[in-house]
Amino acid sequence: MDFLVFQYPMITVQACLDGILLGVLFALIAYGMALQWGVMNIINIAQGDLVILGGYIAYFMYLYGIHPAWGVIVAPVIMYFVGIAIYKLVINKVVDRDLFISILATFGISILFMQLMNFAFGADVVLANSGYGTTMLFDSNVVLPNSKIFSAFISILFAVCLVIYMKKSKLGRAIRATAQNARAAKILGVDTEKVYAATFGINAALCGVAGALISITFTIHPYMGLPYTIRSFMIVIVAGLGNLPGVAMSGMGLGVFEEFADYILGTEFRIGSVFLLLVLILVYRRFKLSRKREYLK
Amino acid sequence: MKLNKIILSFVSALVILFSTSVASFAKVVGDKIILGAAISLTGKYSSNGVHTQNGYNMAVDRINSMGGVKVGGKTYKFDIIYYDDESNPKRAAQLAERLISQDGVEFMLGPYSSGLTKAIAPVTEKYGVPMVEANGASRSLFTKGYKYLFAVLAPANLYLDVAIETAVELNGGKPVRIAQAFEQDAFSQDVRLGILDAAERTGSKIIIDDKLPKELNDMAATLVKVKQMKPDVLVVSGHTKGALTAIRQIAEMKVDVPMLAMTHCDAAKLSKQHGKNSQYALCASQWHKSLTYKDDFFKDGMTYAADFQKEFGYDPPYQSAESSAALLVFKDAFERANSFDQKKVRDALAATNMQTFYGNIKFAPGGQNVDKPMVLFQVMCDASGSCENKVVAPLKWASAKLIHPIPKWSER
Repeated sequence: MDFLVFQYPMITVQACLDGILLGVLFALIAYGMALQWGVMNIINIAQGDLVILGGYIAYFMYLYGIHPAWGVIVAPVIMYFVGIAIYKLVINKVVDRDLFISILATFGISILFMQLMNFAFGADVVLANSGYGTTMLFDSNVVLPNSKIFSAFISILFAVCLVIYMKKSKLGRAIRATAQNARAAKILGVDTEKVYAATFGINAALCGVAGALISITFTIHPYMGLPYTIRSFMIVIVAGLGNLPGVAMSGMGLGVFEEFADYILGTEFRIGSVFLLLVLILVYRRFKLSRKREYLK
Repeated sequence: MKLNKIILSFVSALVILFSTSVASFAKVVGDKIILGAAISLTGKYSSNGVHTQNGYNMAVDRINSMGGVKVGGKTYKFDIIYYDDESNPKRAAQLAERLISQDGVEFMLGPYSSGLTKAIAPVTEKYGVPMVEANGASRSLFTKGYKYLFAVLAPANLYLDVAIETAVELNGGKPVRIAQAFEQDAFSQDVRLGILDAAERTGSKIIIDDKLPKELNDMAATLVKVKQMKPDVLVVSGHTKGALTAIRQIAEMKVDVPMLAMTHCDAAKLSKQHGKNSQYALCASQWHKSLTYKDDFFKDGMTYAADFQKEFGYDPPYQSAESSAALLVFKDAFERANSFDQKKVRDALAATNMQTFYGNIKFAPGGQNVDKPMVLFQVMCDASGSCENKVVAPLKWASAKLIHPIPKWSER
């Protein structure tokens, strides 16, 4: 059983492809987290809950007879304003405090969102059907649901657009400037308050896109946010802040890792192995950081 | 000084209010038998919690309007105190404590889910409060030697073993190869034990045995294994998310398996959410409206379903039906005990032997109902794409013939 991967070589191909398609989606969520973390030094525990909320937007469009793929456009628009609202109501009160306070605040938001979603949408597991069909490869030994391919494609599209936007647009440059040195940016006339709000909005919008894609490919449920938060946290830790190629690579790496953990260790260890990996990486990164600090002395 | 007086009078007012309310909440007051229940009205079990509550309420109204409960020559009516346990076992145990020691409730109805029932049972047991529960099927509830716990439903290990037996039968009595994927919670693991028993009994082999995580929403890996190893039966149990995820990914990945058996299909509204993709899935159910059991209050399953639909606006899932049955059991026990003494009621409950619209009810010493088999239905769709659940096993109740093996995706 344990060596299924070797007995059936096609499983390896399948696991890699599944992992990469999944990982791209994780990377999109992680990119939003990295952006926000880099600019505001806020680790958003509510990241996964924003994703799920985005998923519900696509689901409700589906319920009303609109194809859920349109959620990819509608969800980020709505979520952008949700993000701005969260910023104005909570985050700007804690943005200048230490990291711990912001973690607590977003943890609170996360719980609030879970309960509100449960209250508003019910505790049922739901999904939106795209009707996209399936792609068969290698004599139908490897199957790829088109919805997964679609979601990977859209994730890449949004990521690329965002990179260009950050490079070319005025707001994008202001965001990057603020991330590098908020004080200097402010002195040079950047409205940092606006930048913070926009960053939070953009992050929420990315979560909205990812959520819409998850409602098409998987299922959504008010309490399913946390694994997405953990995964994006881990991807960012591995890749570091402001390193988009790194985020993409570690996202895909994590996706493939999860799939193989599933085949080799068993499905029950899938999420557990992600947590274990997180701990290992944290230990390792800390080790590296402490070396750096000693060097600074 | 003045402020102190105001506070003092406020506090004493509260004290008076509380003492009177406690008095009015005692077990049997005037012509009312007051039952207590902690129900998940919020949190992750809230939808099934509401089904449970609707089932209880429907039965209370029906029994009260049809003459109530006759004890000692006097007629009593049922009333229920509900608290919201927030789908949280600790909270449920606290509320059970509160219902018994503060509100003075002497008879309890069960919460929703095995986990919460497990949290409450030690409390009711400690106070000797008889509890009839309708939504905790985990086998471990019935092996602890509880004396005051009675479950109207069949235990979890019986959910899907009918499916394995049927598969073996259809295979000409020869053993089958089984692939199974179960969530790691008390209930699903009990279903798994049932499959293990059935496999051993029939000499069948389990070739895939996956445990699904709580945050399950992707089981592609399990299905890839199924695709490669081609088992005869695939069994999935992971509450509604397991059922929904399995059907979605089986259809997307075009996994061909001769028999697919699951739990929680009707709670997942499988055919509504997935339409034709859910066709041919076999589902374990405690109850189906087409069964021909009868009683005086709800007549039969069809009438119950119609009345429920009229009152609550949706087709009753089995969670509601079994909850209604719990009250019929209590009524019957009170009348046979002809007393409100907890011990006498408990003994009357233990001696229950009756038929309700939901099924026959007779308790084993452990408290589980041993007189009601599980049924299997199969999702069947017509050409227009509208799907229906039809009972296919046991044969006695079958309203349609099992379609086996499931046609290949390439032929659909």
